[in-house]
Amino acid sequence: MSAGRAVAAAGDSATFAFTAENVTKANAIVAKYPQGKQQSALLPLLDLAQRQNGGWLPQAALDYVADFLTLARIRVYEVATFYTMFNLKPVGQHHVQVCTTTPCWLRGSDQVLEACRHHLGIGVGETTADGKFTLSEVECLAACVNAPVVWVGDDYYEDLDAASTVKLLDGLAAGKPPKAGPQVKRQTSAPANGAKTLVRKGV
Amino acid sequence: MPSLTINGKQITVDAGMTVLQACEAAGVEIPRFCYHDRLQIAGNCRMCLVEMEKAPKPIASCAMPAADGMVIRTDTPRVTKARNGVLEFLLINHPLDCPICDQGGECDLQDQTLGYGMDHSRYEENKRAVVDKDLGPLVSTHMTRCIHCTRCIRFATEIAGVEELGTLGRGEHMEIGTYVEKALSSELSGNMIDLCPVGALNSKPYAYTARSWELIRTEGIDAHDAVGANIRIDARGREVMRVLPRLNEDVNEEWISDKSRFAYDGLRRNRLDQPYVRRNGRLEPATWAEALGAVAERMRALGGARIAAIAGDMACTESMTALGDLFRALGSPHLDCRQDGAALPVGARAGYVFNSTIAGIEGADTCLLIGTNPRWEAALVNARLRKRYLGGGFHVFSVGPELDLTFPVERLGAGPETLGEIAAGTHRVAKALQGAKQPMLIVGQGALARPDGAAVLAAARRIAETCGMVRDGWNGFNVLHTAAARVGGMDVGFVPGQGGRDTAGILHGAGGRDLGLVYLLGADEIDMAQLGQAFVVYQGHHGDAGANRADVVLPGAAYTEKSATWVNTEGRPQAAPAAVAPPGDAREDWAIVRALSDTLGKPLPYDSLAQVRERMVRIAPWFARSGEVTPAAWAPFGTEGKLGAAPFRSPVTDFYMTNAICRASATMAECSELYMSGGKAATGTHG
Ligand code: SF4
Ligand code: FES
Ligand code: FES
Repeated sequence: MSAGRAVAAAGDSATFAFTAENVTKANAIVAKYPQGKQQSALLPLLDLAQRQNGGWLPQAALDYVADFLTLARIRVYEVATFYTMFNLKPVGQHHVQVCTTTPCWLRGSDQVLEACRHHLGIGVGETTADGKFTLSEVECLAACVNAPVVWVGDDYYEDLDAASTVKLLDGLAAGKPPKAGPQVKRQTSAPANGAKTLVRKGV
Repeated sequence: MPSLTINGKQITVDAGMTVLQACEAAGVEIPRFCYHDRLQIAGNCRMCLVEMEKAPKPIASCAMPAADGMVIRTDTPRVTKARNGVLEFLLINHPLDCPICDQGGECDLQDQTLGYGMDHSRYEENKRAVVDKDLGPLVSTHMTRCIHCTRCIRFATEIAGVEELGTLGRGEHMEIGTYVEKALSSELSGNMIDLCPVGALNSKPYAYTARSWELIRTEGIDAHDAVGANIRIDARGREVMRVLPRLNEDVNEEWISDKSRFAYDGLRRNRLDQPYVRRNGRLEPATWAEALGAVAERMRALGGARIAAIAGDMACTESMTALGDLFRALGSPHLDCRQDGAALPVGARAGYVFNSTIAGIEGADTCLLIGTNPRWEAALVNARLRKRYLGGGFHVFSVGPELDLTFPVERLGAGPETLGEIAAGTHRVAKALQGAKQPMLIVGQGALARPDGAAVLAAARRIAETCGMVRDGWNGFNVLHTAAARVGGMDVGFVPGQGGRDTAGILHGAGGRDLGLVYLLGADEIDMAQLGQAFVVYQGHHGDAGANRADVVLPGAAYTEKSATWVNTEGRPQAAPAAVAPPGDAREDWAIVRALSDTLGKPLPYDSLAQVRERMVRIAPWFARSGEVTPAAWAPFGTEGKLGAAPFRSPVTDFYMTNAICRASATMAECSELYMSGGKAATGTHG
């Protein structure tokens, strides 16, 4: 896909505007920036727009945010195409983003990705027919210590393997996702097989 | 002022200069792609790497301020290796399609690879390919060749003032584009072609029509507007293949407008390449002798009092000098070079030129526009105003049409009413102008070519005088012309003599049969219907309105085809040689008038171009100083009177269609259709 041009996607709406609630939020965000630097609020506002619009940014939303901040539209297009976290095409209800960068890959991200493909019946970059899932391959999510990692919505699911990945997908489909974080018996990123330090009592 | 050592040589440079500029000052060439004197520093190509003592790695000299005591080396193996490496990286994704690239032979990447690159490629993988963008009818794209220097983006954003280009995507996937495909809405877009160091942005109309090394270059002067941009005309045989800007800091810097650059295809179409005489209601080909004979016969029969001449917008000063001399010799005072009827003051030069000079705009701090849209009337004057605006602390007010000038303008009103208030000192802006250090005003032809033009001019003069715009060392009173011919015509006195008629009078006289013959020297923009039954002689280069109405057509030369002088809006005479020969039987214009004078038995006293120019110097001494502005003395001009009520309008409603050459140009027609009829960019002209 070429990042250099706008894609007219199915479901692309010609207009976009923040809801009243989001206008209030947007103004609060803008107010955090020093006088004259309001345009720095671009990233959070794009995020707000993406959340409002079901996880992706149609051109109308980019234009709206540009006008909201009195920025030239091209400046917003630049930013929106730069950050991969902004989706410029519609995504499913659950955007499953599988990290396949080296640490995750060494720890079995191939199996995780394969499990997603197989279980959802779609390839990378595709969306299931019911619009529930979109599958993406992403670069390092900065949680390598719990590799392999999958990012869905606002949560990271860590220490996955094929079986726990399937469980995750089923949970999402049923509206009862597992608890975010490590999917093995492990406290956050502490050693998986028991404590290695501070083992002696009374030290 | 920092003092540094470059390749062992000590040099002191101005504070604020970069290492790259310091190297240049020391006579050391630094290769570069992204750096450009007139654009902000980007520092992204890394071609300018040099070694700096105590720095662990080579530095980008374009982005490093020169500092006291720096020791710079540009001739070490390390620098050579760095340049090698940068070029190798740049060429990884560059297609190396030089044999089929229009930039070939004048490409920075090609030249620098020859100078600093390796002789072979070690890259065996697939190169990336980038989808081309559609930037409109003027700029073609081959984005696979792009090296991401971002010069085009910076030009659009800074100089042209249209923020439409950007970098999209990231890393390997980064592309230059507009995201939403659209034609660039700038009248300066062609300059990006010159700025692009590779063949990514090229000229669409010129595409694949010539190779740069087979073209003959001639230094010319643009005649599409009154800026007098310095151009280079590249020709092959008798054809102009392209037009490029030439550096002149005082006039156009290194830019030209899209009209100056791309209207040249109009030079090939609809040309008058032989004389015509109307017989039985139809224009039929004739010989020069027949055509001149027919004109002379009429002139003799009518006598001086019943013949008149009007000069058009692109006429050269030489031909106006000759025609004026001829008409006066025949006893006709009916001459006018103001075909639009503008109330330009005869004899008071300060009242019809751009006294501040174009470069002088950079010294102004407040500007009042009166009935003008500089963006369409003189795109490079507008670019200079924008440059001044970017410098900060510049306030622009306007009385006249709604404007989109690419910088903020405070519109005070639409017409003379507001102007009257400012002139009377009752408008709040009068205070602002009085309080300014270097105030200026610009009067457009839209404010002068109207029944109350002389009163508008007087009001403008009053503003200039009461607001301290005219004083020692500064003259902020400016008239902005739209026609290349105008100031020259005024300078050589192509204006009504004692008891003579002006343009309106001539048209009136022709319609009412007081005048029997009207000689149009390239005048196409008058209302031909008003000429009534008069015998019309048209001398010019295109089969436009004038030639259609004419009884005799004398084929002249276009601005690229004659050695001629134009005086720009500043009053700067600029002479240029012919780049190509006129087509067919067409001749240089002054020589046609000279031949006619022979046929009439009243030969003009000059036989060569040099002698015509001597005559011009006798009329107006500043013609001896070609290329320079001779300051005009402040003198009374304008006629105080009642101001009308009609709002001011710009005379240019379609930037791309202002003269016979544009009207014959397919490229200009396409632009006009796209930019003007589309209504997008036309907002500035519907006052
Ligand atoms: S298109 Fe040309 S000017 Fe623009 S970034 Fe690419 S190489 Fe530079
Ligand atoms: S590599 Fe997957 S989170 Fe860092
Ligand atoms: S010229 Fe210095 S980085 Fe491009």
